[in-house]
Amino acid sequence: MTEVSRPPEPGSPDAPLVDLDGTLYASGSQVRTMPGAPTDLAPELTDSALAHESGLELKARSQWAYARSRFFRHRLAMGSLVVLIAVLLCGAFAGHIASYSYDAIDLNNINAGPTTTAHHYFGTDQLGRDYFSRVLYGIRTSARVAFFVSILSTILGTLVGSFAGYFGGWLDNLLMRFTDLILTLPPLAVLLVAAARLGNGTINLGLFHLGQEYRVALILALLFWTGIARVVRGLFLSLREKEYVEAAKASGSGDVRIIFRHMLPNSMGPIIVNMTLVTAGAILTESALSFLGFGIKPPTAALGNLIAQGETQMQTQWWLVVFPGLTIVIIVMCINFIGDGLRDALDPTQRRIRA
Amino acid sequence: MPEPVLSIRDLAVHFTTDDGVVRAVDGVTYDVYPGETLGIVGESGSGKSVSTMSILGLIPQPPGKVVSGEAMFQGRDLLKLSKKELRRVRGNSMAIVFQDPMTSLNPVLKIGFQLGETIKAHHGSEKDDEVKDHVIQLLRTVGIPQPERRFEQYPHEFSGGMRQRAMIAMAIANQPALLIADEPTTALDVTIQAQILEVLKTAQDETHAATILITHDLGLIAEMADRVIVMYAGKIVELGDVNTIFAAPRHPYTIGLMESLPRLTADEDWLRPIPGQPPSLINRPPGCPFHPRCFLSQGRARCREEEPPLRPIHAGGTGVHLSACHFAEELEGATSKLAEPTVAEGVT
Repeated sequence: MTEVSRPPEPGSPDAPLVDLDGTLYASGSQVRTMPGAPTDLAPELTDSALAHESGLELKARSQWAYARSRFFRHRLAMGSLVVLIAVLLCGAFAGHIASYSYDAIDLNNINAGPTTTAHHYFGTDQLGRDYFSRVLYGIRTSARVAFFVSILSTILGTLVGSFAGYFGGWLDNLLMRFTDLILTLPPLAVLLVAAARLGNGTINLGLFHLGQEYRVALILALLFWTGIARVVRGLFLSLREKEYVEAAKASGSGDVRIIFRHMLPNSMGPIIVNMTLVTAGAILTESALSFLGFGIKPPTAALGNLIAQGETQMQTQWWLVVFPGLTIVIIVMCINFIGDGLRDALDPTQRRIRA
Repeated sequence: MPEPVLSIRDLAVHFTTDDGVVRAVDGVTYDVYPGETLGIVGESGSGKSVSTMSILGLIPQPPGKVVSGEAMFQGRDLLKLSKKELRRVRGNSMAIVFQDPMTSLNPVLKIGFQLGETIKAHHGSEKDDEVKDHVIQLLRTVGIPQPERRFEQYPHEFSGGMRQRAMIAMAIANQPALLIADEPTTALDVTIQAQILEVLKTAQDETHAATILITHDLGLIAEMADRVIVMYAGKIVELGDVNTIFAAPRHPYTIGLMESLPRLTADEDWLRPIPGQPPSLINRPPGCPFHPRCFLSQGRARCREEEPPLRPIHAGGTGVHLSACHFAEELEGATSKLAEPTVAEGVT
């Protein structure tokens, strides 16, 4: 080792640290950090000392930082994210972008094809309602359903899966057999029955006055959590055997603390990826349900019921089906690509970027 | 003699498997006194880890089960505590340093957070600032440089030695009365091992904790331990203070262990291994479990038929010296080749 120590710049906030490094680096060993502390720290300090000397600051990067940079370099996923955000913003600001309200009727332009006259970009239906506006409002409705479903089912699935996987035994059996039971139900049939039984009114929760779309969303969420529950249970079964979980146990952490503080952060990758899949699935299922007439009822616009409405006149008025259909395809595809990108980014073993 | 910190009496731990009941720990009795380092040596599967993990409820149950015994710690029998009460003991008044620091730290959580968790698990009311100061203080104690910066880092940014330092910091976070180090240096390379031993000694000095050091490294025992327990097939075969055990071993297994180590001070062409295999813990040989491999037994009927009790031996050393051999007196004058202190130092 050579003399490379440099005096700390006076007044710099980390002057003492530089001093410590410098002394240490120059003398090679024997620095006491406090009485009784071990004295042989030199080998492990030199790299940070070196970094100081060469003017390089080693920036600590977390797993999340790595994942973020991998995701940002995933071109397809980033492109999809941009498109999805644009589409969702259109839905969110439908009131500002659309030239008409979703149920406004323009009697001068009934059954008009896509045209710029009177701003009917996506044409109108047989009542003279502007389809561009209806699609924008439809995006809003469908997105609400999708996010509600994905969040609720992820929370539900994660809770069930983590408790089943962590505790094992009879609780695991009980929860997983219940999950299997839900999985054996034919989803569309259950959805139809549930939707029919529950009606289409709005939900009144005192302060919250939720639209009919949340009723559909609730039904979907109660069916969609099973996939996530199975994934999370599998993850927890393997995480449970990890030594750091045993170490956490040995340091006196309780079960709930271990589940939420130690194991859940390790499962976030697959959970997030599954969440995107559920979101896409929810949009599709809601569309199917609305198409069948058991989802969201007109005049509220949802992408599914727009297609259903246009379906009878598809031969002559193709725009009634194509535009809402395309919107669904774009949204679902974008979400799936984003999910792909997230899966690649969150997998620490995958260093290469597929794009 | 002072009150022991931990007093284990007749502990037996069984594992139920498809092939039968594995008697991993079979009637173990020992005391740990304040401030001392008690070394436990033995081969893999001799029950040295299980005997300590089981009293903290850290063996998988089922298949494991503590079938008998008591473990008095701070006036309470750990084996009779509820799960919740036992959790309050773990990491608080009794803490463990694990073998492999590479896998014992959670990869997605910051070091500072993980250490803080250990403190919060027992002192939930402590404010975040206080916890952070406490953690940084701990990191400094175990000799981690720039603790303020290291606090914010993840385990993958730590070297193996640094991680083990962090693990030791975690173990002493709540000022334990008893520290259990389960092969603390096995996973580290030799140059780091010596440093970690220093840290462990510092940690002991800081907390005045008694330490149980579980290892199969006799050199480590010679370096660190005050008293030694030699375990074989789930039983204690010899117990004594470290000088006595190394200078005047009175159990053929202990002698065998020491004979099978290379000596640095003399030219040796051959090592003398212990012949045979450790016994199956399901079908333990009758009588003395070591007799099929024992140079002293030589087919004597008593070894086959009668299980030798752990009894006091007078081999000239200080303190209590126990051996579980019918013919321990025949080993009079036997001394291990590791008795010379220079050798013991050299092995670590």
